[in-house]
Amino acid sequence: MAKNVFVVVEQRNGAIQKVSLELIGEAKRLAPQFADDEKVVAILLGDKIADKASLLFEGGADEVLCVEDPMLGTYVTEPYTKTIVNIIKTYEPNVVLFGATTIGRDLAPRVAGRVGTGLTADCTGLSVDPETKLFRMTRPAFGGNIMATILIKEKRPQMATVRPGVMKMGEKCDASGKTATMVPSVLEPSDMNVEILEIIPKDTKSVDITEAKVLVSGGRAVGGPEGYNPLRELAAVLGGEVSSSRIGVDNGWIEKDRQVGQTGKTVRPQLYMACGISGAIQHLAGMENSDFIIAINKDATCPMMQLADLGVEGDIKKIIPKLTEAVTKLKESRVVDK
Amino acid sequence: MKIVVCIKQVPDTTEVRLDPKTNNLIRDGVPSIINPDDKAGIEAALRLREANEGATVTVVSMGPPQADVALREALAMGADEAILISGREFGGADTLATGTTIAGALKKIGYDIIITGRQAIDGDTAQVGPQIAEQLGLPQVGYAEDIRIEGEYAIVKRQYDDCYHIIKVKMPCLITALSQLAEPRYMTVHGIADAYAKEIKVLGYEDLKDMYAEGTIGRTGSPTNVAESFTKQAKAKGTLLTGLTVDEAVQAIVDKLDERHLI
Repeated sequence: MAKNVFVVVEQRNGAIQKVSLELIGEAKRLAPQFADDEKVVAILLGDKIADKASLLFEGGADEVLCVEDPMLGTYVTEPYTKTIVNIIKTYEPNVVLFGATTIGRDLAPRVAGRVGTGLTADCTGLSVDPETKLFRMTRPAFGGNIMATILIKEKRPQMATVRPGVMKMGEKCDASGKTATMVPSVLEPSDMNVEILEIIPKDTKSVDITEAKVLVSGGRAVGGPEGYNPLRELAAVLGGEVSSSRIGVDNGWIEKDRQVGQTGKTVRPQLYMACGISGAIQHLAGMENSDFIIAINKDATCPMMQLADLGVEGDIKKIIPKLTEAVTKLKESRVVDK
Repeated sequence: MKIVVCIKQVPDTTEVRLDPKTNNLIRDGVPSIINPDDKAGIEAALRLREANEGATVTVVSMGPPQADVALREALAMGADEAILISGREFGGADTLATGTTIAGALKKIGYDIIITGRQAIDGDTAQVGPQIAEQLGLPQVGYAEDIRIEGEYAIVKRQYDDCYHIIKVKMPCLITALSQLAEPRYMTVHGIADAYAKEIKVLGYEDLKDMYAEGTIGRTGSPTNVAESFTKQAKAKGTLLTGLTVDEAVQAIVDKLDERHLI
């Protein structure tokens, strides 16, 4: 019988990605709702990677299945698919979760297709039906306009990719004495059906806005590439980063990896400052779970001002520079106090 | 070299609004477009044809009869051939059954290189491309920002979250296109006239049924079910301050930041 919640761990250059720990945290919350003895099992693939298992145990995994093979060092679709399909056939999981990253979204449909089961993409909410024990996978569709809850009634495993930044990591668990269970690799040289000619790192200036505690985010009202400069200055004094709604990215004012929203990234910082962002549904889908939202907008009736914990009617071009000044002054006054 | 591009007709979701009273989706009057990633795929295919003598571009769509509008647009951009996969039996398909349906048709149509968009803006799943590749047993390269052909290989610039891979893959293969792969050209007057002179071939269930194992297409071939769908509920109201001077506004924000220990 299909049993246990499996998480496919994502590693890049040997580094475990945050989304995997978020998924393990979420799996730990879900597992007892399926059954008292339902376990959280992490699948860790890489070249020499077994020593990273301790991080996964600390994150809440009950068991870590590790496959080591030089072909698994860097993500390639076929070797990863074949390895995970082998694990699914051997261990018969009830649920398999992947991060909805550029790797997870490439891999999961391929695995689901080979196993012949269902897959729900880009989930933002997961739960267990208390009566049927079916996995309830909720995701935005139609550009974030609708939420849909998907079930996989008959086939197993029930598979989902989950948006990074949505689930919370669990409390740190004691990993002492726990080691990964090594699973032999089933790969053959012919499984490497593509050749990686070159790996080009992205601009080192690029940041992961999903990691930022504070985001100062600009919309249409910033007006152009220079319009982000006052926002950058404010973000700097608040210890945060600048992000953007889609308009700034579409117009080439700012880099794509700073885009928040349905087609950008999902963020949940401690503070999200929406500067001249009216709040299209696509944008709200990416930031509405932020801890605290401040909106500044000339239009007090726009959706973002309705959503915000604090909405201030006004012109960002006048307010932001003075706000930066005021925050700087307050910070300096505190240094003098000490 | 036969280049096949899979496209989907989608509602322009950026035009969708919610009814402020009922919180329901207003679908009326929302225009249908070629999915943006797919349109970039068409453009990339046309450029590959221009760079590789003897290459042809076939555009394939699965959908209701009215999806022929999207195929006409692709013909007007310059595609050589357009095929619509359409039939009641294919309806209600999730991504697995859709992948199976299209893969079956592609086996009949033939291909050297298949290009799909990365994801459609209505479903946002990014699954059908890989599902097709899986059903056809082809290598896939997703998230393509650049494609060129060298002999029997495609060289693809593949985007990841933190880097790019330059990947060499032997044809036949499947590539999923990002919107930034190629800025789509406009239809020409000549192209539009041509597009309406050309026939759109329709493949229905009777044409394709031999390609499918029993229970693998349509609703019965779909492991996933939509249990419910809903529009999001608004959360509790925050504070809205209007008519403040700039200094008052700044002070109000600073006070709040200080109160929340954000300074």
